[in-house]
Amino acid sequence: MNSKIGYLIAIALLLTAPLVIYPVFLMKLLCFALFASAFNLILGYGGLLSFGHAAFFGGAAYVTGHALKVWGLPTELGILTGTAAAGILGLLIGMIAIRRQGIYFAMITLAMAQMVYFLFISAPFTGGENGLQGVPRGTALGIVDLQNDMNMYYFVLVIFGLAYFLISRTVNSPFGQVLSAIRDNEARATSLGYDVDKYKLLAFVLSSTLAGLAGSTKTVVFQLASLTDAHWHMSGEVVLMTLLGGLGTIVGPSVGAGIIIALQNYLASGPLAAWVPVVLGLIFVACVLAFRRGVVGELREFLKKSF
Amino acid sequence: MSDKGQYILQTQGLTKEFKGFTAVDDVNLNVKRHQIHALIGPNGAGKTTVFNLLTKFLQPTRGKITFNGRDITSAKSAEIARMGVIRSFQISAVFPHMTARENVRVALQRELGTSFHFWRSVKTLNALNARAEELLTSVGLERFADVVVADMSYGRKRALEIATTLAMEPELMLLDEPTQGMGREDVELITQLIRKVSAGRTILMVEHNLGVVSTLCDTITVLQRGAILTEGDYATVSADPRVKEAYMGKAA
Repeated sequence: MNSKIGYLIAIALLLTAPLVIYPVFLMKLLCFALFASAFNLILGYGGLLSFGHAAFFGGAAYVTGHALKVWGLPTELGILTGTAAAGILGLLIGMIAIRRQGIYFAMITLAMAQMVYFLFISAPFTGGENGLQGVPRGTALGIVDLQNDMNMYYFVLVIFGLAYFLISRTVNSPFGQVLSAIRDNEARATSLGYDVDKYKLLAFVLSSTLAGLAGSTKTVVFQLASLTDAHWHMSGEVVLMTLLGGLGTIVGPSVGAGIIIALQNYLASGPLAAWVPVVLGLIFVACVLAFRRGVVGELREFLKKSF
Repeated sequence: MSDKGQYILQTQGLTKEFKGFTAVDDVNLNVKRHQIHALIGPNGAGKTTVFNLLTKFLQPTRGKITFNGRDITSAKSAEIARMGVIRSFQISAVFPHMTARENVRVALQRELGTSFHFWRSVKTLNALNARAEELLTSVGLERFADVVVADMSYGRKRALEIATTLAMEPELMLLDEPTQGMGREDVELITQLIRKVSAGRTILMVEHNLGVVSTLCDTITVLQRGAILTEGDYATVSADPRVKEAYMGKAA
């Protein structure tokens, strides 16, 4: 009941936000909130630390950029193409990585993502250091002009809303039950007859597909796909967002993404501009040392204790 | 049943070698249907290793394992579980962040065939709640259905583990030290529970508590340094001087 009221307030805020706040900033925020939520699916609910999610985010960004700019596909189809590409890449990387656990899983995903990154540096269609610039935003459903930032905002909001619903449904599904059982006690899940690798692989593919959706949408918003999207910094940033907001909570990653993006944006225009990485680093340290459950996790714990 | 023969589980020459060390040495185990069969032996005798081999958490170096006359030596762990051989672990094997009801339901939900359905609501699993609660009642946990397992006592976790195992309707239950680390009351409780659930089933258990073994088990196999030392009912085994020696060391 309370969460229903919370969601209604959040929806009302998201619908009216662009009247007050710069819509491009909001769209960036939504894209990264989606990216972090997708990442949380594999880290928070699957218990697997992927250090290569930039490959899916960046890969989808390039494919969508190419599909829209060179092939001239409609916007929706361009986004779907990028998302599907990330899903296929997720399946390939997942099949190799999923048998390993802990640090080995993180290392394999990092290595595979670096391979993808080097591919993007060398491949001609990515535009190398310049990236893919001037990607057309096009129209939504062939009528709504997305060049208009307000229209674009609501388009992104719909994508975010659908993906967010899919993620929370996945967590609260029969599949989600098996996934949390595997995260809690993998050997026991096996001894109950579950082929755990298949479940982990599905979680990984879902996570990478939705991370791709975030990357594709970001390309349309900024009309740009660049090497930054696929760089391992991006993989690290999404870990930070998820941990800061609250691992294994549905809203946590969005909150974490909001904090990081807001800080980056506002600090960058102030006197602390050169110190942004240091500030983020300090926040990370504080988060890991003092409030390990993340903002949302700690808040939930506080409410549980007080009432 | 009779057409499957007298033995539910058999091993022939089961051997596991780690680098330069034989943990399980040429073990021929014959577990009779509808019995409670104990595997005992001093620490490091290879009891848990045998369990891990039977459920394929470890790969045997040599030997053959048959279940109901079917060769399962090369089957995978999850496959063996689906055939009806369900094991427990030395430390309580529960899912701590889920409620007791959800723990049992995870074992039940595979039969719905929707375990990969990430688009379906978890509420579709409520159809299994009645059966889950029945199982919780059978181990005396009916009042704890909505309790998150991490907050439950050790004895109750072990009882929940048995309820979850029963949900799989196993033909053969492998219990690895079910009373380990328990106070006397809990031991009594679990002993009764094992006797209760053994009806119509076969149980193979590793157990240190000889009191439990003597009251529960029909057949006892004593392992020492990976090999079978002796086998028989409690009276036979406990009278064997070699068993005393294995446990106590050489008599002066």
